[in-house]
Amino acid sequence: MLRPFTLHRPRVAAEACELLARLGDDAAPYAGGTELLLLMKEGLLRPRHLVDVKRLPGLDAITGDGAQLVIGATVTHRAVERSAVVKARCPLMASVARHVANVRVRNVGTVGGNLAFADPHSDLATLFLTLDASVALTSPRGERKLPLADFVRGPWETVREPDELLASVTLTPWPGRAAAVYIKFGVYERPTLGIALALLLEDSSARVADARIAIGCVNPRPARVPGAEARLRGCPIADLDDVSGAVAELVAASADPADDLHGSADYKREMVAVFTRRALRAAAARARGADPVARYPYAVVA
Amino acid sequence: MTDARASDGGPAPERIRVTVNGRLCELDVVPHALLLDVLRDRLDLKGAKRSCDAQVCGACTVLVDGLAVSACTYLAVEADSRSVLTVEGLAEDARLHPIQQAFVDHGAIQCGFCTSGMLLTAKALLDDEPAPRRQDVLDHLRGSLCRCTGYRKIVEAILAVARTRP
Repeated sequence: MLRPFTLHRPRVAAEACELLARLGDDAAPYAGGTELLLLMKEGLLRPRHLVDVKRLPGLDAITGDGAQLVIGATVTHRAVERSAVVKARCPLMASVARHVANVRVRNVGTVGGNLAFADPHSDLATLFLTLDASVALTSPRGERKLPLADFVRGPWETVREPDELLASVTLTPWPGRAAAVYIKFGVYERPTLGIALALLLEDSSARVADARIAIGCVNPRPARVPGAEARLRGCPIADLDDVSGAVAELVAASADPADDLHGSADYKREMVAVFTRRALRAAAARARGADPVARYPYAVVA
Repeated sequence: MTDARASDGGPAPERIRVTVNGRLCELDVVPHALLLDVLRDRLDLKGAKRSCDAQVCGACTVLVDGLAVSACTYLAVEADSRSVLTVEGLAEDARLHPIQQAFVDHGAIQCGFCTSGMLLTAKALLDDEPAPRRQDVLDHLRGSLCRCTGYRKIVEAILAVARTRP
């Protein structure tokens, strides 16, 4: 059951920030409520004021801005899935959005809420790290922009100040030809592990010019794996199978898992290696223009 | 919670106008009233079930402006000026909706507890994608749990409806 609260519906961001500044810890920004209301029902959060940010102008837009893609904080997962500009600029993102949580959460839950909650068992932040994401925070003191990697401090913890609103996330879709995949694995509602992999191909498509790998859910916060990315740079597509073992070991070694209900730390590290190899196989297939048809138990290949 | 009105000192109720199963309802609800409680306890529509209470199982699924939502985690005030469809609104003039009929024909019902959520989830899918592939149905039903594990017949029933539609 929910405890009573007052629902504020500001019409402009300045008003929302002023409310958040004045009410401090007694208030929480509210959009879809798919995370917030759950924790409130459990009594883990007890704000006496919710500040509804869904009526703030501009926050529900997706815009292609030059080489970048800007997603407003109150854009729902469903809107990302169906956005023409997302499908054109980063089809993998639309595909990942299609597999976030379940259809009811996707219809209501927002991109901003997902990032601001910093639930470690989330898909978006992991994928967004491979797109060099940065977030824009608005407050009465102005706007600041910072990399998503710096925004997320740890599980359910960000550097957002109480009077700051997450306004948008800016992504840089991979330039030119890219073969990318996102795989998540787990038997529970929330994923046990997520891997985002993008191979940026040379014009000939014969070789990997650059690579992005991020892992999520197994760490306190999602993280890129620069060592594994370096190992893939310059690798001929034909040789990806040969290096997949070494890359998988690098990614697994970078993981920082804990024992919990999703499994032991050792098990998770092993699964990171297993699914890194699978992600590389799937991306290699896409690099060759094939659709990866492989299905794995309890896994989603986006 | 049977009484969605504010107790002493709590936030005041607000008036919402919501169309439920085609009928316009005006209700006074407090901000923390959940749509599920308002439907079940104020409007006596018991089709949507409270089960996991955490948006995981789908037993409380209703459609708001055609989109599936978990009524257990959806504020009733959000339904203001919107249209809500519950399982009670599926049949027309005592004639089962084609999806309901397909569930009957395929025996896609065991204990029945998940059925109302499954029906509405299926309706949302078929309204969106009239000819889904089997994998689309499976993807869409992720997060709709049948504790009797009767998924196969549910999927067959949904695919059968898709096949018979023009």
